[in-house]
Amino acid sequence: MKVPVSWLKEFVDIPASVTVEELSERLTIAGLEVAKIHYIGIPQSAERHGIPPSDHLVWDRERVLLGAIKEIKPHPDADRLVLAVVDYGGAALETVVTGAPNLFPYKDQGPLEPPLLTPFALEGAELIDGHGDGVQRLILEERELRGIPNRCMVCSEMELGISEEHEGIMLLPYEQYGNIQPGTPLVDVLGDAVIEMELTPNLARCFSVLGVAREVAALYDLPIKEPDYSLPPPSGTGVDELAAIEIREPELNPRFTAGLLRDVTITDSPWWLQWRLKLVGQRPINNIVDVSNYVMFEIGQPTHAFDYDILANRAGDANPVIITRLPDAGEELTTLDGKVHKLDPSVLLVADEKGALSLAGVMGGLESEVQEPDPERDYPGSTTVLLEAAAWNFITIRKTMSSTKLHSEAAARFSRGVHPAMALRGLKRGLKLMVEVSGATLAPGLLDAYPAEPEPVVVDFPVDEVNRLLGFDIPKSAVADILRRLQFGIGESSNGEVLQVTVPDHRLDISPGIIGRADLVEEIARVYGYDRIPNTIMGDSLPPQRTNVSLEMEERVRDLLAQAGLREVINYRFSTPQHEALLTPEGQKPSWPEREYIRLANPISAERTAMRQTLLAGLLDNAVTNMHHHPRQRFFEIGHVYYGNADDLPEEIRRLGILLAGPRQAAGWMGGVVAGNSDFYDLKGIVETLLAGLHIEMRHVHFAPIAHNSFHPGRVATLLIGDEPVGLLGEVHPLVREAFGLGLDLEKPVLAAELDLDRVLTMVPAEYVVQSIPTQPPAYRDIAVVVSADRRSASVEALIWGSGGELLREVRLFDVYQGDPIPEGQKSLAYALTFQSETETLTDKAVNKLQKKIIKTLEDSGAKLRA
Amino acid sequence: MQEKLESIYQKALADLEAIHTSEEVKAWDSRYLGRKGEMTLILRQTGKLPPEERADFGKRANEVKNLLATALEKREALIREHELARSLEEGELDVTLPGRPLTMGGLHPSTRMLRRIKEIWADMGFQVYRSRDVEHDEYNFTLLNMPPHHPARDMQDTFYTTQPNIILRTHTSPGQIRAMHDYSEDGTRPIRVILPGMCYRYEQITARSEIQFHQVEGLAVGKGIRMSDLKGTVAEFARRLYGPDTEVRYRASYFPFTEPSMEVDVKCHICGGQGCPVCKRTGWIEIMGSGMVHPEVLRNGGYDPTEWSGFAFGMGPERIIMNKNRIEDIRYFWANDLRFLEQY
Ligand SMILES: [Zn+2]
Repeated sequence: MKVPVSWLKEFVDIPASVTVEELSERLTIAGLEVAKIHYIGIPQSAERHGIPPSDHLVWDRERVLLGAIKEIKPHPDADRLVLAVVDYGGAALETVVTGAPNLFPYKDQGPLEPPLLTPFALEGAELIDGHGDGVQRLILEERELRGIPNRCMVCSEMELGISEEHEGIMLLPYEQYGNIQPGTPLVDVLGDAVIEMELTPNLARCFSVLGVAREVAALYDLPIKEPDYSLPPPSGTGVDELAAIEIREPELNPRFTAGLLRDVTITDSPWWLQWRLKLVGQRPINNIVDVSNYVMFEIGQPTHAFDYDILANRAGDANPVIITRLPDAGEELTTLDGKVHKLDPSVLLVADEKGALSLAGVMGGLESEVQEPDPERDYPGSTTVLLEAAAWNFITIRKTMSSTKLHSEAAARFSRGVHPAMALRGLKRGLKLMVEVSGATLAPGLLDAYPAEPEPVVVDFPVDEVNRLLGFDIPKSAVADILRRLQFGIGESSNGEVLQVTVPDHRLDISPGIIGRADLVEEIARVYGYDRIPNTIMGDSLPPQRTNVSLEMEERVRDLLAQAGLREVINYRFSTPQHEALLTPEGQKPSWPEREYIRLANPISAERTAMRQTLLAGLLDNAVTNMHHHPRQRFFEIGHVYYGNADDLPEEIRRLGILLAGPRQAAGWMGGVVAGNSDFYDLKGIVETLLAGLHIEMRHVHFAPIAHNSFHPGRVATLLIGDEPVGLLGEVHPLVREAFGLGLDLEKPVLAAELDLDRVLTMVPAEYVVQSIPTQPPAYRDIAVVVSADRRSASVEALIWGSGGELLREVRLFDVYQGDPIPEGQKSLAYALTFQSETETLTDKAVNKLQKKIIKTLEDSGAKLRA
Repeated sequence: MQEKLESIYQKALADLEAIHTSEEVKAWDSRYLGRKGEMTLILRQTGKLPPEERADFGKRANEVKNLLATALEKREALIREHELARSLEEGELDVTLPGRPLTMGGLHPSTRMLRRIKEIWADMGFQVYRSRDVEHDEYNFTLLNMPPHHPARDMQDTFYTTQPNIILRTHTSPGQIRAMHDYSEDGTRPIRVILPGMCYRYEQITARSEIQFHQVEGLAVGKGIRMSDLKGTVAEFARRLYGPDTEVRYRASYFPFTEPSMEVDVKCHICGGQGCPVCKRTGWIEIMGSGMVHPEVLRNGGYDPTEWSGFAFGMGPERIIMNKNRIEDIRYFWANDLRFLEQY
């Protein structure tokens, strides 16, 4: 939404002391966010008020002036150049050489009366190079053009930095500017600033210059000057004898108004109208269309002009009837932009008896629009115009926009909501201006079908709501004053502290009842100024504090893993079933649970079509991302995976994923891989350390071998806490890592774990007991046994614990050995045992007895004591 | 025997003279004085001597043993001294060689910022409430005062799932409703929670926009919570996050689920308000959206809006990090390139 300050001033007298930057800041703070200021020739103020610095072209007050071309003479030596004799307020007239094509019609016509007014630049002025590529600055210098010295210039819009237009020079209308002395600085004539705003959906009322002016008036407590809604004197047959309106869906089309103009001359709009449209970014087309657009930008009400003769022709002998209705099945319409639309049943149409004319509130139809003159076939263009202004249900407009993919300035306004009261104002304003710029006459009367006139919204507003919701005391009179500035009607109710507030009929955003009170509180806060509301601390009592243990434990897990040297990653929670299927070697049946994916109906890319079911795919991708610059990788991620539920929200399961790959230690100058590559036991060590750090009792923790085809056979375990499986850890299957792009280097395993974090954390004890530091000396014994090579060490260890008695404190496996002299198919396991009593120093004899018992138990199980 | 003793004695002394290392000392010790050493052995043979010689021999043998022990001590001390001297002299390292690399673990920057934010709010009595990522349309929009076709729905491009009315949450705000349902005890108890979580928007992924990002939503509901409290509370937050002298600006804004709504800006900490690329030359950095909880939302949460009031706010940790650390590309956050992560 662009608002030229010069246009704004038509409705509100902004004091000269208020700079455009200050105004913009004030609007921004009041919720009308200014995105940019486009400067037209004027300099930016030194105080920028948060507006970014601008490097636009500033018109030099001494050198860029209003000029009056008195005569156009031929160039003696060049047909494509002329000499313009210009009065610029100086002592003598200045002759300027120019090739501007729009001056050629005036060549050899002698002195021009009235003169042609144009921007005029003197030597030394800074301008944009009208013939350069892109936007290049130049300083005007004297130079000879085909033998004639030239030190000044008549300027195009491009040279002044106004637009890209450089076909001809700017010619200003004498009727409008003839009373301004030649030589007046141009910046005083055309200098301006256009405030560009990004308006939130609640500010539908501000999608017009008048709408913004109302806000400015309220913020600065200035009177608002309403536009002139009077109608010119009518003549001839009344409109009600020539056309009729039929609304079939009053809920969707609460109001439809129309008026008729005769003797219209379709031509270019006057300069002022074109200029203003250009300032707001609208291309001028012809006087009728331009007025329709002008009224929309001016007061926010879109209108549409039909060629009445075309409607009459379609109606045959009868009078045209404008019908607003839902489309028939299969109905089509060709819009102004030439596109054919198959109409969705949710769109609303403006039609006649013969068929659709336009998409209500969004875009006109091609057939019935006002017609341009065509001199070739001696056609003057439309001469009778039926102008309509209507009100539409904003949801209908939004549905129309989404089903037709059409957007327009009208739709932008209607889709946010325009009050039905605005329709008649828009119609009157349009008719008045069309009469002024097209020489038309107005047919008597207006058509106004208003089947669903809304009740005025009245809010009973207790003044103490301001204190209750904003936190400061304000007298009733001050509240009333602020609301009056926003054009609310104020009445007193029987209760002295309750205001009866009537919402003005240009806005739809204030509701009745309790919601309306909040709506009004916001209006009061905005105008009063957010910065003036005090800063306080909550006096309200603190709610009972509930610690979220589960989330605190999650942070504990993060800390433990970071302390263990792992780097946290956060991946997209999107994936694809195909990508996650890479976790299973080709041709095999997945070992993962087969659950429904949460699939996106509108995925943004082929790589992200569903919500993930595992963290492992992302972690393997991370390893690929980093493999070339980081041979050593240790990652973890905590995040959710998603299992779809047929008719409800999905399960969201918190998981922990870990990935290790590459050297156990970072490489230094001491030589390559000093400590070997990470393997299964590195991963297991991390998991054990984590569980111990969470104070989960290790006697409840078991790692059991399982078969899982994402992992290397025999190198994967399921983690059991108690008897519950809570996750997997293992060496990623070589074919899987290869499928992810991690190559097939068997010397460098990729290790991965995925644990159900929710389940792990439920095993964390709420409290734990700290053991006292032993006061008695420990006794140490080593035991080495030879067992079958395939025997699990956990079973040996369990026997040691089971037979060691209460005094056994620690069992540490310190060596696993196969080879000479251990017989083939056997291995030696060496354990360091620690015995300790809390109350006495253990004698050798006592410890030996315990040791013997352990050895006996081991031997009974088939182990041989190693000598 | 006597002769043999003396010969051992002389041999031992001679050997000791030839010793230069601690290892040799140990070997000498066990050879002569150890459990199976020559002195031990010869002393054991005392019994084989005629009785009249035994006393003299024994006396001498013990004497020799003590002499040798003393000699050993002296020699040991000398060797230690030499070894120390040599070590001090020869033990020079190239101290300019790099140290052994240690790979530290570390937390993702988003986690770190989330923790910082949670910590500040925890000090003000806000507890963490986790709410789900995949949501009903109703919770994400309708209960937050955005019925179907509400224009504000355009502000949040949504990922829809193939299940009707189930979407990926576009903001953490649906958690407001869930927290009120869980904690308010039918609208009779005050609430102070923050809701951190991942949000999703249907957008092109560019340096400036992402399809997933964290948000931290906050909600306080009570009897007598006012906009002035919101201002004071967010100002306190801003000062704790950006420093005690942080200047805060409050702007009217629009969110369907708050009214009045308010954007909170802080004076750019990089340029001090003069304008720089980080603040897009405006001198201000937007840090959160906020407002008084809309009466409709209070009602949907089970509260009577004529008696209860509240405020809500929402902020984006990744945006805050980008501004603080001058990161220009939001895609860094989920790319998980160690060259980025290791800077934290
Ligand atoms: Zn800055």
